[in-house]
Amino acid sequence: MKEEIRKILEKHPDSKRDSLIPLLQAVQEVYGYLPKDAVVEIGKHLNLPASKIYGVATFYNQFRFQPKGKNHVMVCRGTACHVKGSLAVLEAIEQDLKIKAGQTSRDTLFSIEVVACMGACGLAPVISVNGEFHANVDPQKISEILDIYREEKKSAMEAANA
Amino acid sequence: MHEASVEQKMAKMPLFLDALLHENVCGGADKKGDSKLEELKSQILRRTVSRPVIYVGAATCGLSAGADKVLVAIKKYLADKALDAEVVEVGCIGLCSEEPIIDIQLPGKARVSFRKVNTNNVVQIIESTLAGNPPADMTLGQFRGLESEKWESVTFFDEHPFLKPQKRCVLANCGIIDPCNINEYLANDGYQALAKALHSMTPAEICQEVELSGLRGRGGGGFFTGKKWKFALQTSGDQKYIICNADEGDPGAFMDRAVIEGDPHRLLEGIAIASYAIGANKAYIYIRAEYPLAIRRLKEAIAQAEDYGFIGENILDSGFNLHIIIKMGAGAFVCGEETALINSIEGKRGMPRPRPPFPAISGLFGKPSVINNVETLANVPAIIQKGKDWFSAMGTAGSKGTKVFALSGKISHTGLIEVEMGTTLRQIIFEIGGGIPHGKKYKAVQIGGPSGGCIPEEKIDIEIDYETLKEVGAMMGSGGLVVMDENTCMVDVAKFFMDFIQRESCGKCIPCREGTRHMLEILESITHGRKNESKLDTLERFKGIMHLSRLADVIKDASLCGLGQTAPNPVLSTLRWFRNEYEAHIYERKCPSGVCKELLHFSILENKCVGCTACSRKCPAGAIMGAKKSPHYIVPGKCISCGACKDVCKFNAVVVE
Amino acid sequence: MFEIEVNNKIIEAVPGETILSAVTRAGIKVPTLCYMKDLAPSGACRICVVEVDGMKTLVPSCSYPVQEGMKIHTNSKRAIRARKTVIELLLANHPDDCLYCVRNGNCRLQGLAEEYGIRERRFPSSKKKDHMLDATSPSIIRDQAKCILCGKCVRVCEEIQNVAAIDFVKRGSKTVIAPAFEQSLNVSSCINCGQCVLACPTGALREKSSLREVDEALHDKDKYVVIQHAPAVSVTLAEEFGLRPGVDINGLMVAALRQLGFKKIFDTSFSADLTIMEEASELVHRVTTGGKLPMMTSCSPGWIKYVEQFYPDFIDNLSTCKSPQQMLGAIIKSYFAEKEGIDPEKIFSVSIMPCVAKKFEAARPEMGRNNIFDIDAVLTTREVARLIKMAGIDFDSLTPETADLPFGTRSTAGKLFGGTGGVMEAAIRTAHYMITGKELKSLMVEDVRGLKGVKEAKVKIGDLEVGVAVVSGVGNASKILEEIKNGRKDLHFIEVMTCPGGCIAGGGQPLSTDQESIKARLHALYNIDHSETLRTSHKNKDVQKLYDEFLKEPLGHKSHELLHTHYIKREVLS
Repeated sequence: MKEEIRKILEKHPDSKRDSLIPLLQAVQEVYGYLPKDAVVEIGKHLNLPASKIYGVATFYNQFRFQPKGKNHVMVCRGTACHVKGSLAVLEAIEQDLKIKAGQTSRDTLFSIEVVACMGACGLAPVISVNGEFHANVDPQKISEILDIYREEKKSAMEAANA
Repeated sequence: MHEASVEQKMAKMPLFLDALLHENVCGGADKKGDSKLEELKSQILRRTVSRPVIYVGAATCGLSAGADKVLVAIKKYLADKALDAEVVEVGCIGLCSEEPIIDIQLPGKARVSFRKVNTNNVVQIIESTLAGNPPADMTLGQFRGLESEKWESVTFFDEHPFLKPQKRCVLANCGIIDPCNINEYLANDGYQALAKALHSMTPAEICQEVELSGLRGRGGGGFFTGKKWKFALQTSGDQKYIICNADEGDPGAFMDRAVIEGDPHRLLEGIAIASYAIGANKAYIYIRAEYPLAIRRLKEAIAQAEDYGFIGENILDSGFNLHIIIKMGAGAFVCGEETALINSIEGKRGMPRPRPPFPAISGLFGKPSVINNVETLANVPAIIQKGKDWFSAMGTAGSKGTKVFALSGKISHTGLIEVEMGTTLRQIIFEIGGGIPHGKKYKAVQIGGPSGGCIPEEKIDIEIDYETLKEVGAMMGSGGLVVMDENTCMVDVAKFFMDFIQRESCGKCIPCREGTRHMLEILESITHGRKNESKLDTLERFKGIMHLSRLADVIKDASLCGLGQTAPNPVLSTLRWFRNEYEAHIYERKCPSGVCKELLHFSILENKCVGCTACSRKCPAGAIMGAKKSPHYIVPGKCISCGACKDVCKFNAVVVE
Repeated sequence: MFEIEVNNKIIEAVPGETILSAVTRAGIKVPTLCYMKDLAPSGACRICVVEVDGMKTLVPSCSYPVQEGMKIHTNSKRAIRARKTVIELLLANHPDDCLYCVRNGNCRLQGLAEEYGIRERRFPSSKKKDHMLDATSPSIIRDQAKCILCGKCVRVCEEIQNVAAIDFVKRGSKTVIAPAFEQSLNVSSCINCGQCVLACPTGALREKSSLREVDEALHDKDKYVVIQHAPAVSVTLAEEFGLRPGVDINGLMVAALRQLGFKKIFDTSFSADLTIMEEASELVHRVTTGGKLPMMTSCSPGWIKYVEQFYPDFIDNLSTCKSPQQMLGAIIKSYFAEKEGIDPEKIFSVSIMPCVAKKFEAARPEMGRNNIFDIDAVLTTREVARLIKMAGIDFDSLTPETADLPFGTRSTAGKLFGGTGGVMEAAIRTAHYMITGKELKSLMVEDVRGLKGVKEAKVKIGDLEVGVAVVSGVGNASKILEEIKNGRKDLHFIEVMTCPGGCIAGGGQPLSTDQESIKARLHALYNIDHSETLRTSHKNKDVQKLYDEFLKEPLGHKSHELLHTHYIKREVLS
């Protein structure tokens, strides 16, 4: 793991404090979350105490300290989506996956994240799975959408096993 | 087919550069010898085409509606049929509710737009159009073109009710041109304003021009942009910065995203002019990470502009240097606040700093900095090119120019629009927006995001500008308009915003951190059911309500930054205009719109229930009793007001009040 | 200078200063909570808001600059209402356990609630429930339920001490203050200095008390309980009993301790003299044999941990001398035990320290032999005041008494250890004697006195010119270490005190951190030095006797075994 982190850090030589957030973003891009080791390494690289980095990382919605699921479901909770029933959508997803927002399922197949607004208000309510948008969703459609990803992963895993 | 267009995209157009460098750019087109340039423009803008062109609206909204799949289908179709046609990905025309939208332009014919295209109907649309018979129910309208023949059967797009009342300046190119091709922007007179500014204006003159144009910040407060620039220009410093705030955090606003995805060079040109005006040679664009497509477009556009020499060293031989750096935000609404944004760029927690010192004096890294939002900067090129008078002729006494709004919520035409300041809300909602769908009644429009307010029916004839909105307890904000119908509960809306604000509060100052949380708790207490409520809880609930407005006043009065100072607005404005709904929640313990579930009372009509048992099997709380084939009833103490029984009943026997 | 109007009165203001600074000078009180003198204002708490004519909102006086002709109302209805609401909001989120709180009667939040007449709970209580009490550190307890997030601890730790063990974590109403990864304090980079405890306006940060262990030992017939008191304690303890800062109550304190039942009362200043004998010898040894220089003092345990975790390359520069507390602890359980014929295991050795890091130091595994710790319990000045009050001892009825032999005699040089520069001054006096055989002409070394964070001097000792630096506040120390790293070579001896101002402003001292009190405490030490005759450590007869009877010579075999120690590189989350 350290090798990979070092590679990321090498891309930002003689960097200063203002590189902190880009570095955290780069690490999360690779791992899907911020491993503790990476935070420590970034601290050494930028000469910043770990407490400061942790403070910054926990301030922003983007950063997480737990690995994401293989399918990352983002639920928009913007105003337009709210008015069009996104809370019910979120509840349906939570019920279907049996996890709460911010959690990753035990089989690591799914994780849910609530985001403030995805900027697709004209198509509210929207969710995205692995960056793929689904517009005008309603609670009834949820399991249908999630099944697509469940099947994809399952067949991929079976293929890998076979 | 595509190789040529890619080459064309990246090939420098010396003709443009020459024109920008050496000619009087504004009058240039009239001169002799420019026919070649005109011809080039016409070619780039596809005024006439030699083979069919298919435009696909591929901004985020189009993509989420399925434009990517349509794109694949189109390409497959063209390949299968070995048809020679050009496919162009454009930004968003703004009519999100009709997405995915594609346009088809046949040689010699006008460009036609089609709505709600999907993989099932796209082939049919293309084939019918090629056959000279565009399917009438799918067309949105055709474009006007002097050099092409119009379709007899198709109306003009600019007469579509969604577009007709609009005045598109900032959005002029969005959805029309290929945002990835700088030549298309150039052919639309792009970068002429920058050339004019660099070659014939001093920084002070630019600040003056922008100030006199009356341009005010489009991101919230509405401070005069030229004035802000002047402060920074007058502050001496070896290093200054322009920061473009593209951290569009207001839920319900997506104008910045659309501008960047549809016309990124307009923003870059605005940034370059602003930087020159204050003496900055470094500019940051702080953009939300949730906008991957916009970020990609921006990166491409910067690379192209650098290649053409509009960004970089010695821009257009003027000696002016500018470097633009993209910083991705990491998800914090408060970073829309200037000083918080500065902290975030510096790699710190995005917590606001006390002002003064103002950023124009001591901003990013302690240097004079100006922070402008995307729409503000995108207005600048046209002001410089066409002059302050052109701009100030539009709008109201205090608010000049146009404003982009994002229409969403319970409205027929959701999407992005641009209207002159002073347009009435009624016109926006009922003309452009097409009114409320499903025959429902209008209740309110929320404007200005979490800092704004809700405007009731009796006030929708106000002419929108910064001041009138304040008078009715809202604010311009970044321009999100979320429409609500009779099925929306205003207490629930207020609760939604309080929840948002208290989660997004940075937590630094006490009034905002603790105050907004208490306001949320008070709102929660009045929307919670009475079950299990002790007498003491009831007392606390009433006490909380009594203190709600006093608390709101203190939060406004004593918070550190703009976020806190406006945080109570959604509650105050709904309290002002929809007091009756609050009273129904508090005194009658009812939610008139049927949204606040815990206040709903479900019962089964004896005469309608046939005893099918569907509801009792579905009830998650086991609250429905009754024998088969005889009427059922709901045990009030057990009912959790989930509504499952109502949904499942085929006989409309379950009623709710 | 220009004029501004405050509460309908014209006062003078200096361009560039804040409203708070102008009104304070004019004798108008505006309450503050997060404000810290000499640090940039954070503007977080909003307690100091005032109304300014023409301004849309209230402005924070701590950060808002004065402008000519400004009309300010510090006590307008609006301002008072805002302050009151802020206090009420904090109280709604605060546990109602004032009666059980260490800061009862001495709490800024409680004080504000009283000043603003809060008599009713206006906002429903939403007590923090899920906060853990972090009692893992041997020195400091963090009780997040009582934290009002003013951020003073974060700022002291980062901006003054350059440690940054803690920071704000999360956002909005979920915000907490915590070490990296929200781990506990004991595995963080905290150096236990306790400056955060002094800064905290509430009971969210406090020392980990050892009162119960001491009380139990005092009532245990099998235990022989002795106590030592550090040089800085006698000049600050009086403040806990309502006296003004800078009053020395050494004799009364000793009398009170004796009443409490301690078998012997020893003076840590005695072992400060002993430290000087060892440390000056070590310095002379290093200078003459080409040892590692500059040598750095080792009596401040926060500083030691700081070097171990942030600057391990400098470990060899640290003097190997144990601190005076540990030296005396070791001597008590060896020489004294032997001399009095007491089983060292039965001795319960207590120390009163101005310091919470001393609790950590006493628990370091190297600080003892054969499973017997040199020191069994460390009490802060504040704790000892509680012990005295609990026993109902009335200072007025006491007559001053003196400490017990054989460790009761001290020179004023040892006493000077209590303030920044004291160790240096004492060391120079003795080193001069050791090298030249003669006493310094004027014993006072002016250059190393005073409260400045970094003081440097060139001291002539015979033919030698010795470069010395005196640093207080570890944040200042890191600057000098960086200079040395970058090649600075003119320094031979550096005194470092963890806390700004030295032990008189230590993390275990009475909770008044204003510069005036600290100055008064320092002058109390200088007065003692000026008014007594035994002013050099090497002249201390009891120290000489200890060498004659037991240790034989400085840096000798016994010394190495009992009085010297070693340090380890520490991996912490930093």
